[in-house]
Amino acid sequence: MTKVTMTVNGKAVSGTVEGRTLLTSFLREDLHLTGTHVGCDTSQCGACVVHVNGKAVKSCTMFAIEADGAEVSTIEGQANEDGSLNAIQAAFQEHHGLQCGFCTPGMVMTAASLLKENPKPTVDEVRNHLEGNLCRCTGYHNIIKAIMAASGQDVSAIAAE
Amino acid sequence: MYELEIERPTTVADAVSALGGEAQLLGGGQTLIPTLKQRLADPEKLVSLSGIADMQGISASGDTVEIGGGTIHADVAADGTYAALSELASHIGDPAVRNRGTIGGSIANNDPAACYPAAALGSGATIVTNKREIAADDFFQGLFETALAEGEIVTAVKFPMPQQAKYIKFVQPASRFALVGVFVAKFADGVRVAVTGASNDGVYRWSEAEAALSADFSASALEGLTVSSDDMVTDLHGSAEYRAHLVKVMTARAVNAA
Repeated sequence: MTKVTMTVNGKAVSGTVEGRTLLTSFLREDLHLTGTHVGCDTSQCGACVVHVNGKAVKSCTMFAIEADGAEVSTIEGQANEDGSLNAIQAAFQEHHGLQCGFCTPGMVMTAASLLKENPKPTVDEVRNHLEGNLCRCTGYHNIIKAIMAASGQDVSAIAAE
Repeated sequence: MYELEIERPTTVADAVSALGGEAQLLGGGQTLIPTLKQRLADPEKLVSLSGIADMQGISASGDTVEIGGGTIHADVAADGTYAALSELASHIGDPAVRNRGTIGGSIANNDPAACYPAAALGSGATIVTNKREIAADDFFQGLFETALAEGEIVTAVKFPMPQQAKYIKFVQPASRFALVGVFVAKFADGVRVAVTGASNDGVYRWSEAEAALSADFSASALEGLTVSSDDMVTDLHGSAEYRAHLVKVMTARAVNAA
């Protein structure tokens, strides 16, 4: 067992993990931050996306030990300081960017990293950036609309389906 | 996955001394971790390369760009010094994979459908290890086989920059790996063409196309050539004949777009 220390959503945390412990297991089972979801566990669905040192990564495909000393952000850290939904979360609600909600944490974290790099993406850029995030309910249209709206762009011309 | 321990050295020398026994190197883990989850590998120990600062980063001098083995795909994609290489990197996997996967890991793994081996072979790159420098022509030796010896770590890859280059891949839509990918590079002394995803022997150079394109760098120069399907991959995504057909189509597209 190895001791790991990291900052998660601005708070210093530590724990003892096995070598094989994945970051997602550490977040969910040790820190009880269950907002990060495990959809496929085969690196394909993106429900487990978190930010490590500012970069969106699949927490099911990274060892907890590899995040030792890192700054980690999860869906639990996305709300505004007063607890209200941030712009991306609010846009997902406003534009019905979810149905069952299982993929949503990963979608929001991926959207956050896109908008940080590219504050005014085109619809195509949003679609391309969501390549590693699977949704089995909505068909993506409203997710894309929500992300476009969160970027402050007019979405009235984007058809809802 | 089976139990294992992980070491995170901060220098290449420490990584080498941490190896031994049933230890295995860990790059970004985007192939290795899924493999471990399926219990297709059972190393006692992983030696992570992610903490070695010297293995990260991109530097250019003259006509050569050198990329540290631990450099993630996203950083190569963002760099742009060697445009065709950066564009290739920007289409590996998906954004989250590109934030972990490394060029050294990809090159050392030599997946027969991976993109980077085509860039390295197509550019005539030099693979730099902790022990020696290996020409790409000698490095890739078949499916998941390379010239790397035990305890040898890909610390950097040096790419000579061509006058014109382009990588075009026909993606297998579920995995985003190349069903067939072709890297074409035009240098002052000739053209190199490397094909990934197609052959049972992994990445290879299509020498007939190289000769034709060296004489006339245009898609029409390929018209008389035929690609044999004898050693091509057949799987549920495509037959050997289909892959052989795609080799020529992707090469022509790469030449047109270079």
